[in-house]
Amino acid sequence: MILSIEQDASRFRKIVRGAVRRNLRKYISNGELIGRRGKDLVSIPVPQIELPHFRFGNGQGGVGQGDGEVGTPLGPGEPADGGGQAGNQPGSHILEVELTLQELVELLGEELGLPRIQPKSKSQIEGQITRYNGLRRAGPEGLRHFKRTYREALKRQVISGAYDYQKPAILPIHDDKRYRSWKTYPRPENNAVIFYMMDVSGSMTQRKKELVRLTAFWIDAWLTAHYPQLATRYLVHDAAAHEVDAHTFYHVRESGGTCISSAYQLCRDIIRQDYPAQDWNIYAFHFSDGENFGDDDDRRCMELLSQELLPQANLFGYGQVQSAAGRQFFDTLSAIQDEKLVRAKIGEDEDIYSAIKTFLGRGA
Amino acid sequence: MPISPDLLDLQATIEAHARAFGLDFFEIRYEMLDYRMINQVAAYDGFPTRYAHWRFGMEYERLSKSYAYGLHRIYEMVINTDPCYAYLMASNQRVDQKLVMAHVCGHSDFFKNNLWFAHTNRRMLDEMANHATRVRRHIERHGLEKVEDFIDACLSLDNLIDVHAAGIRRRPAPEPEAETPEAYAVRRLPAKGYMDAFINPPEFLAEQHKKQAEAEQQRQHFPPEPERDVLLFLLEHAPLENWQRDVLDIIREEAYYFAPQRQTKIMNEGWASFVHTHLMTEKVMMPDELIDYAEHHSGTVAAHPGRLNPYKLGLELFRDIEDRWNRGAFGPEYEACADQRTRQEWDKKLELGRQKVFDVRRIYNDVGFVDEFLTEDFARQHKLFTFAYNEDTGSYEIASRDFQEIKKRLLFQLTNFGQPLVEIVDANHENRGELYLVHRFEGVDLDLPFARDTLRNLYKVWGRPAHIETPTEAEDRLLFSHGPGGGTRRKLS
Repeated sequence: MILSIEQDASRFRKIVRGAVRRNLRKYISNGELIGRRGKDLVSIPVPQIELPHFRFGNGQGGVGQGDGEVGTPLGPGEPADGGGQAGNQPGSHILEVELTLQELVELLGEELGLPRIQPKSKSQIEGQITRYNGLRRAGPEGLRHFKRTYREALKRQVISGAYDYQKPAILPIHDDKRYRSWKTYPRPENNAVIFYMMDVSGSMTQRKKELVRLTAFWIDAWLTAHYPQLATRYLVHDAAAHEVDAHTFYHVRESGGTCISSAYQLCRDIIRQDYPAQDWNIYAFHFSDGENFGDDDDRRCMELLSQELLPQANLFGYGQVQSAAGRQFFDTLSAIQDEKLVRAKIGEDEDIYSAIKTFLGRGA
Repeated sequence: MPISPDLLDLQATIEAHARAFGLDFFEIRYEMLDYRMINQVAAYDGFPTRYAHWRFGMEYERLSKSYAYGLHRIYEMVINTDPCYAYLMASNQRVDQKLVMAHVCGHSDFFKNNLWFAHTNRRMLDEMANHATRVRRHIERHGLEKVEDFIDACLSLDNLIDVHAAGIRRRPAPEPEAETPEAYAVRRLPAKGYMDAFINPPEFLAEQHKKQAEAEQQRQHFPPEPERDVLLFLLEHAPLENWQRDVLDIIREEAYYFAPQRQTKIMNEGWASFVHTHLMTEKVMMPDELIDYAEHHSGTVAAHPGRLNPYKLGLELFRDIEDRWNRGAFGPEYEACADQRTRQEWDKKLELGRQKVFDVRRIYNDVGFVDEFLTEDFARQHKLFTFAYNEDTGSYEIASRDFQEIKKRLLFQLTNFGQPLVEIVDANHENRGELYLVHRFEGVDLDLPFARDTLRNLYKVWGRPAHIETPTEAEDRLLFSHGPGGGTRRKLS
């Protein structure tokens, strides 16, 4: 059941996120509750908005109760009418409680979206689901609903007065019989596929891979929260590319040379095979540190991109992490003039958010 | 969801005991709610239907999180209506439900009998639902953003009501304007002709003349007396659209409805705890429930360092009153007695205690209650202290254990809900229709940034520039103004 207050709550969350009523932003305070989980004290963030009132300034003190000499500190935290429960001892270590993934994804903002997403040939991709959730009066005996049949019979006998409680024999006749029946529902099918490609070659240090994974993870988390019916494919490459599952993508360690075109080629092949562009919205993200082996491969990449991938994809995002000096794939790509190609540089953790915004910003 | 037949029986038993105890309460209707529902109802201040506003959602989120981490749980909610609705938490154990029902009897009795609640609308449940409908209609017509913005502006002013008025005041129809008295004759004391020069000497006549002139000037002043019910004044005189007036009216009505609960927090909770301890320990508790009862009772009246638990303070004060009136430990003779031992052993066997606590719960509010019954003995016994913020150490510290200090502090905290006193003194400031408010200084500064923002909201409602004069400790008097050009601040000499 959905509570009526959920509406108010979602309105409040929108205000906190800054989606509406920006004039209230200045009154948002990041309150916290001090909770306990096992042995640890945890801090639970509870943003609060306090509307301005004529009120007394802070630090006025109050009246309390308990032991102690004059001058005994009451311990940190708010005394008096603080929002939190007391029970925090001085000096104890307070951990941040992790937000649920859902909450964090919401924090990513509402201004993101899959750019240029289009309905693609609905008639072909909509499947049908069959659910047995109805009743009808005729049907195969195998589908007879015993309980309902019995109930109908009982009902009929009671109404007609034939029911004898001392000798309760319930005999269903033809009209009493009820059969399970089905309904078919149209099932909206996936109509968008996301490719994540990552360079796992030797030059990609742990730190770089971590940045890539963080970025991919957040894009992934945001997209799956907002577009529940996405197909996702993960590709990693060094000198050769291969497809992996999500877990491997986020955990794999490899080394070797770098041949970006191998990933693009694999991506193209998968698209050809499984995701015809007329039926699918295709989004691809590729992350590397900008190093590639040789001009030949660069040329090969450009060719694949401009002739195969970009015409089919709705968006191709390239993220370059902590690039070393020298020739960079980021600059190579600048030769392609296409609004579907989006590039971002990710130097440090702080850049992740702006990178995601670059990739998924509305109307990007 | 209605409660089970089993609990209904329990309710009947407890209420019979409560009546025998002397309580007089409204018919109580219990609803059983799960934790989500009870958090929702609590966020709505006990009313299942409120108008749409984000602050209820905010409170709900806070309650839900704090519930999820086991920081608190709501055992019951009870609202001041007739019949009285109370909500039980479905996951409570049976002994909790007993405790809660006994507690609710106390609250309902308090709502019904305490004088400060006499004016409240006992059909507030319907009224709140009406408010919700009205606000929804305004939102449909004028848009969420616009209405919500105005509600926020009104809420920012909702502490500017006159808590000393006996409830919500609707002014009587204005008296027909008396004809201007012709060049008001100076009032003379009646005297025979030959005594007139002595009884009404010229100085006296001059004084009378001056007084009448002042009265006349006062009459032309607008408002004639400083107005503390700022919301009423705005309602009557601000140039509002109809829907805005309606919203303001709703906010004001609810502010007045909830005011007595804020004025009697200590007494109300103290009384309900007083009642449940008696009913539970003397009547309804089973022996095997003792441990659970003791744990939950001590949970509610636990004293946390650095904060005053209204349940605890109220309960102990009621107990102290009962004890003192039983022993006859009151009156001039007792007060004059300085010997600690005699005072402790004082016993005239009056047995007036029960009668006295029932009287007290009828006529006092927190301010009077604490002022009258918080004695030095009590403060010492319960280890009360005042605390203050120490800037050097950056923490709150115990400041004093002096009885006078404690009482002063506590009364200050309770008077006017611990809100500053702000009055409208002039609604036609400098003859430009500007609103001039004065903060009556009581030794503590206003929160200045907040005051400035509140003033902006006032300007939004009043439509003309608004000013507030506030004295501060550091600089004598400050005048904040807010007009079309934004806010200004200047010193008054």
